Amino acid sequence: MATKVHMEALSPTMEEGQVVKWHKTEGDQVSMGKVLAEIETDKAVMELVARGEGVLRKIFRGESETAPVGDVIAVIADEGEDISALTPDTGGSRAASETPKSKSDHNIETQVRVTQEAGGGRVKASPLARRLAQEAGLELAGLRGSGPGGRIVKRDVEEALRGGQAAAIEVAGPDFEDLKVSQMRKTISRRLSESLGPVPHFFLTVGVDMVRAIEARARINTLLKERGEKISLNDLVVRAVAAALRQHQEVNAAWHGDHIRRYARVHIGVAVAVEDGLITPVIRDAHTKGVAQVAREIRELAGRAREKRLKPEEYTGATFSISNLGMFGIHEFTAVVNPPEAGIVAVGQVEEVPVAMDGQVVVRPRMKVTMGCDHRVVDGATGARFLQTLKAMLEEPATILL
Amino acid sequence: MEQEGVEVEVVDLRSIWPLDMRTVLDSVRKTNRAVYLEEGWAFAGVGSQIVAMIQEEAFDDLDAPVLRVGQADVPIPYAKDMERAAKPSADRAIQACKRVLYHNGKRS
Repeated sequence: MATKVHMEALSPTMEEGQVVKWHKTEGDQVSMGKVLAEIETDKAVMELVARGEGVLRKIFRGESETAPVGDVIAVIADEGEDISALTPDTGGSRAASETPKSKSDHNIETQVRVTQEAGGGRVKASPLARRLAQEAGLELAGLRGSGPGGRIVKRDVEEALRGGQAAAIEVAGPDFEDLKVSQMRKTISRRLSESLGPVPHFFLTVGVDMVRAIEARARINTLLKERGEKISLNDLVVRAVAAALRQHQEVNAAWHGDHIRRYARVHIGVAVAVEDGLITPVIRDAHTKGVAQVAREIRELAGRAREKRLKPEEYTGATFSISNLGMFGIHEFTAVVNPPEAGIVAVGQVEEVPVAMDGQVVVRPRMKVTMGCDHRVVDGATGARFLQTLKAMLEEPATILL
Repeated sequence: MEQEGVEVEVVDLRSIWPLDMRTVLDSVRKTNRAVYLEEGWAFAGVGSQIVAMIQEEAFDDLDAPVLRVGQADVPIPYAKDMERAAKPSADRAIQACKRVLYHNGKRS
């Protein structure tokens, strides 16, 4: 019996996926549960397994092609079985051959336009309009629907395509390069505008004397040497943030519209730069773990993040985040809160600076930590108290154990 | 009948068993819309079955809801004029065609 291979939702926020690699080619025998293809979701590369037995008869989305969740991307069937009914025909040429409407008709259409916003959150579109827009790579949300209740119908998509094509010819030139927007970049843009839009941010910066932290790191690394492990200052910062969050649960919280959720457990998202964006693998229950274990987990998760091999549960569910750009020589910076978390600390470089101590100018290694807060959850003084605790912990690492 | 620049493709089913769904679907794929016309009651009629099959098989080709035009939801009146009024009419068929073309009321 024939089985349609659908683009499956392989991550909780995935809306479309890109085929990275087909493990089988047309004509190959496939069996249930075996890996068919690798799909890039908005977060990672995941495996798509076969849901049926037979021969991979037809592939509709080749490598590096994109399909929305739910779309048929291939068909598995018996040898010689008729699969013509399962084949989504390509409506693109049909849309292109459609003759443009007359000028007067066009004008009437504009008069009766109902803006999409009037229809509420969901984009209303006829199935055909949806398919045509998807084939043309158009965002339905950007179109205006002329049908009842603002429904987007075929003629709206066609009109947008005519307009879009004209505009593209005007601006085409050698002065710029168009880069493909990866799934991850789309998610970043959506998530961060979701953030800076509705999340009222404010920032608090504190300078931390790192002498003791550097000493502590050196001592810990001496002890870890025989195990062949070591920790970085960032690992120590992650562990200190976890300990400080335990003392300041009002910061380890999230805005939920009609309520604020305070978390008892501390799950820290550590921002990791990857090839075409960033991702925040999560150190779960960081407050219960030793700094060596934190170091191991960060190393392991960051490594797999760069290979895009993280599982969804490994990059979701953080209650607080840390971003460190010290390795790029950044003194201090502000980081955008990752909703629904209420805070993020941005960690700068440790650098030797002259400071006044007891009336003397001395050179000390110092580090700037800037906390970005969701003001709906965290107020200035609340955030300041948290940073005070964090500063005290880094300046006297033994207090992390208290 | 439709001299408003609209070309209507008419599919005469001839029999309901066997049912020539292929012709119906080909037509829907061509025009992206359909109106089912029958003399009897539309409620739970043959048209309901055809419409169900159209949306099952050609959902992604539809640009508008498929409409049915049948006789009014009343017992057939005895008086000749009343009977005529209850039957589906060319006028109602045209109205339905306009609706699936989004040509009705506020437009044209």
